[in-house]
Amino acid sequence: MTPVSASDGAARAGAVLITGICGRLGKQLARALHRQGPVVGVDRRPFPDKPKDILHSQVDIRRKKLKDVFRASDVRAVVHLGVLHDPRASAADHHSWNVAGFAKLLEYVTQFRVPKLVLLSSANVYGPQPSNPQFLTEDAPLLGGQNFSDIRDLIELDMLAQSFFWKLPETETVILRPVHILGTVHNAPSNFLRKDPIVSILGFDPMMQVMHQADVVRAIELALRPGVRGVFNVAGPEPASLSQIIKILGRQKISIPYGVTRAVVSRMWSWRLTSFPPPEIDHIRYVCMVDDRRARQTLGFAARMSLEQTVLAVDEGRW
Amino acid sequence: MRGVAPSLTALTRISAFARAAPAFFRGLSGAAEDAVEAGLRRVLGESFADKMSRVPLTLGPTGIDAFGLDPHWARPAFLAVALLHRKYFRTEVHGIENVPHGRVLLVANHAGQIPLDGALIAAAMFMDAEPPRLVRAMVEKWAVGLPFVSMLFARVGQVVGVPENATRLLLQEEALLVFPEGVRGVAKTFEHRYELADFGSGFMRLAVETRSPIVPVAVVGAEEQYISVANFEGLAKLLGMPAFPIVPQILLPGGLFPLPTRYRLWFGEPMRFSGDPDEDDAVVEEKVWLVRQTVQAMLATALEQRKHVFW
Repeated sequence: MTPVSASDGAARAGAVLITGICGRLGKQLARALHRQGPVVGVDRRPFPDKPKDILHSQVDIRRKKLKDVFRASDVRAVVHLGVLHDPRASAADHHSWNVAGFAKLLEYVTQFRVPKLVLLSSANVYGPQPSNPQFLTEDAPLLGGQNFSDIRDLIELDMLAQSFFWKLPETETVILRPVHILGTVHNAPSNFLRKDPIVSILGFDPMMQVMHQADVVRAIELALRPGVRGVFNVAGPEPASLSQIIKILGRQKISIPYGVTRAVVSRMWSWRLTSFPPPEIDHIRYVCMVDDRRARQTLGFAARMSLEQTVLAVDEGRW
Repeated sequence: MRGVAPSLTALTRISAFARAAPAFFRGLSGAAEDAVEAGLRRVLGESFADKMSRVPLTLGPTGIDAFGLDPHWARPAFLAVALLHRKYFRTEVHGIENVPHGRVLLVANHAGQIPLDGALIAAAMFMDAEPPRLVRAMVEKWAVGLPFVSMLFARVGQVVGVPENATRLLLQEEALLVFPEGVRGVAKTFEHRYELADFGSGFMRLAVETRSPIVPVAVVGAEEQYISVANFEGLAKLLGMPAFPIVPQILLPGGLFPLPTRYRLWFGEPMRFSGDPDEDDAVVEEKVWLVRQTVQAMLATALEQRKHVFW
């Protein structure tokens, strides 16, 4: 029996499979989608407080068991959020989880003729460089791995998904490249802005784009509409400089010369005192902003959260 | 016991100072801000806010544009350039009414070891044109990696020199200043003054693509501000710098400052080009040559009319 939501009939038949559903973003997406149609979650973590109508399978996406999930439910779309970003995971684990896991997922998408695949990539695949144009379009080269090797997995995933455009044209593949996502999520930019005082690099104050996690969820919802395919840069409210963002948060800012910051962070990283890999410092030094015109025109996406709401969201849910 | 009392009073004194210090510095920076405001009012003849309100700009709600331009933050820099323009170099401006409204490419000769010519063209467009314009210029990628410099450039409206940025600014109807000679021009040695180096052709493709008029600008005065006798290109490359000029005058007291030559800026009639932005180099070169000849001819006339380098 396939549950069909009352609102849009046959177009909504089938379930949305979300990998990495137990992450904070995954949970929010699940909450947004489960009212519209069936949702199937895949994650190796448990999902303790899940809504009752969500089917959750606690499996590793590299395992054969994933196939059972595809077999058991009529999957109309796959949303891949399960990209491992933990900078502390070993490089081998990282790579096999991300690349081998995603390859498995693609295999089943092909085999079960899933009509829609959405990958949540990141604007970080372009990488912060001094020679970046102020607004990178979707065609810009993915140079993020030039100085920061941990992002190479994500670039590889992005490329794998891109190859799907011609390998499996009947599946509508959507790659979303959002800018820094802020909110209760535990990602590098949110963790960075939760610090007090916030470190900035002396003599640098780059322009940045941030977006609220709720806006990311909306962008994914829009990407799930039938007929949408392609690569989209997604950005939130208007860009702001790092110092303006810190001012909105009302935190102290300490500016440290680049050489010192780099040396200290490298040392702290090797002593496991910080979760920020040293090459990520470039994000508070150079611009990595995107041109989101395509998302606004084709996807019909416009951020609902203001700059203040977006920035202040990093402090929500803390106690 | 006796030792404790003085150290206690010292502590209270220190803590009193620490409590008063922020207010003191706030007062100091407030006073500095007032001085900048007053200086700007004197040199502009009106308040900075009034002047800015007439500048066609696309600032976001945060008062800063997407490229990082922040006029309010950059007021001290504007004041410094305004003083250079009016008092130090006493710039003469000719033909600024030729600059059309909306998108425009200002193409100028480049010289003088440090790009003061760009700053003075921008000052002329802000202070002498009506409505005032904020000129955007492109900076070397090399400068973007320098602390403070990169921040200052962004706040006064300079952007990284890549074609995507230039196209976007022109499509936003901004005035864009380009020096097609690039570093070859700035690093010119003294005996080559007022000889234009080769022009790159990127600006022409940009103008054709965005249908922007080109206003040729001749800058007289920059070429004598620092007398460079040689440029050590090998050493520059080694240090990762665009040029390494040898300027003997810096050994003299106050020699770090440029010589107070009198600047003359000549804005020519707008030139309009059409065609295909991707056409053959040979075709583009011809149009580039036309602009280069115009600037060279304007330089020749301007030099002829100049009575003296310093006044």
